[in-house]
Amino acid sequence: MATDWRPTASIETLRERARLLAEVRGFFAARGVLEVETPVLGHGGSTDVHLASLSLAATTPAGRERLWLQTSPEFHMKRLLAAGSGPIFQLARSFRDGEVGGRHNIEFTMLEWYRPGFSLDALIEETVALIRQVLGQKSGGEAGSLRRRRYRELFREALELDPFGVELGELRRLAGQRGGLDMGDAARDDCLDLLMSLVIEPTLGREGIDVVVDYPASQAALARRHRDPEDGEWVASRFEVYLAGLELANGYDELTDADEQRERFAEDNAARRQLGLPEVDVDRRLLAALEHGMPAGSGVALGIDRLIQLALGKTSVAEVMAFATPNC
Amino acid sequence: MASYSTNEFKGGLKVMLDGDPCAIVENEFVKPGKGQAFNRVKLRNLITGRVWERTFKSGESLEGADVVDLEMEYLYTDGDMWHFMKTDGSFEQYAVEKKALGDTAKWLKEQVVYTVTLWNDNAISVTPPNFIELEVVETDPGLKGDTAQGGSKPATLSSGAVVRVPLFINQGEVLKVDTRSGEYVSRA
Repeated sequence: MATDWRPTASIETLRERARLLAEVRGFFAARGVLEVETPVLGHGGSTDVHLASLSLAATTPAGRERLWLQTSPEFHMKRLLAAGSGPIFQLARSFRDGEVGGRHNIEFTMLEWYRPGFSLDALIEETVALIRQVLGQKSGGEAGSLRRRRYRELFREALELDPFGVELGELRRLAGQRGGLDMGDAARDDCLDLLMSLVIEPTLGREGIDVVVDYPASQAALARRHRDPEDGEWVASRFEVYLAGLELANGYDELTDADEQRERFAEDNAARRQLGLPEVDVDRRLLAALEHGMPAGSGVALGIDRLIQLALGKTSVAEVMAFATPNC
Repeated sequence: MASYSTNEFKGGLKVMLDGDPCAIVENEFVKPGKGQAFNRVKLRNLITGRVWERTFKSGESLEGADVVDLEMEYLYTDGDMWHFMKTDGSFEQYAVEKKALGDTAKWLKEQVVYTVTLWNDNAISVTPPNFIELEVVETDPGLKGDTAQGGSKPATLSSGAVVRVPLFINQGEVLKVDTRSGEYVSRA
């Protein structure tokens, strides 16, 4: 068999991609957000249980060290915020092991930006504005309308269950039934994730942009938590943006408390030990930066490859990348 | 048999599921931004031909299925079983049940080579060649001069299959037929 050396994106698509990236840079330049470049390697990695980090051994002045390929530029960018950078954005190469498919690639480009002083609502508005500008007139109709959907509401509508109140046994049964697999010993969030991915996600963003808010507090990751004003339930201060069934962006009202951050890192690594997953080195420099003080504000990560895919009417991220992982 | 993890799943891989050998048709990686990853997998049950859709947690694995496709020549039927012979010079024969033969029954012709799928050395399905040449044993008389366009009629072939053929085709002619679509291609 001949070795397939050709790009996974056509040259014409790469021209379009470059034009869209210029559009993104123009968007932020007009708003006074500084473009930065941070390392893809770091001494700490993401401890998130559901992200698989890649690491490598490098020779540095400190000797032979283990460095982590970043799963997003978050930690370095937060250190810039703590150092007084003001609003910043980055088109950052990010790496997540094992993630290959129509919507995933081990190495991909994350558009991430931080807005000190912005409320979550203000950042939602800016994220939607960016998406609309990149999509341009082409998808103007589809991206024209905007709905705000509460996580709990989505589950009630699609599955007639309250994701916060439902009894675990009942949730496992339903998740197993919908997925056609045994979820008998699955954790609560894994059941919710499965139902979200299989049942709810495909219906989102079909008539416009859907912004999902008020996630369970257990899915806060690096977001603050707040009490739902309606019923006092703890929820995560984060949002996700969906269009055409694709998850495009994930935004947080950023956690700035060093102690809570340290605790969540430790919880993650404890969970990793329990699941038999490798532990990840905690980013001590991020913790030190948070101790120094990071301005309160919101930040969002957007999968720019997916947005370009939608803008160009392609069916997979591989078609908008010069060389997707299977072909790299 | 080796076992395969979800990240090794790809189209064509043969695995065991619920006791039946299956071929993976499609494998989609599904993952919420920060949640558990799953693989949404479509598998074709090689015994029933049915397509199943299942979800696996990423990293789970399935046992491989001892399934091989072999070229075999069709010999004859004794009414209960259909007999095929390997084309590798071993003269080794396999008897195939009606159930495993399935729709291929209507495309059988002696000395033609078929793909016989074996699971644990038992024949579970037979796939005909994409194109096969068969004789017309019954059709309405041909219409002279009507060679190119318009109209078709049913014709029964020597294997028992009934296909639509152009009006000019006569009984006794040998035709080339596409077994995948069941359509007439040309005179042989």
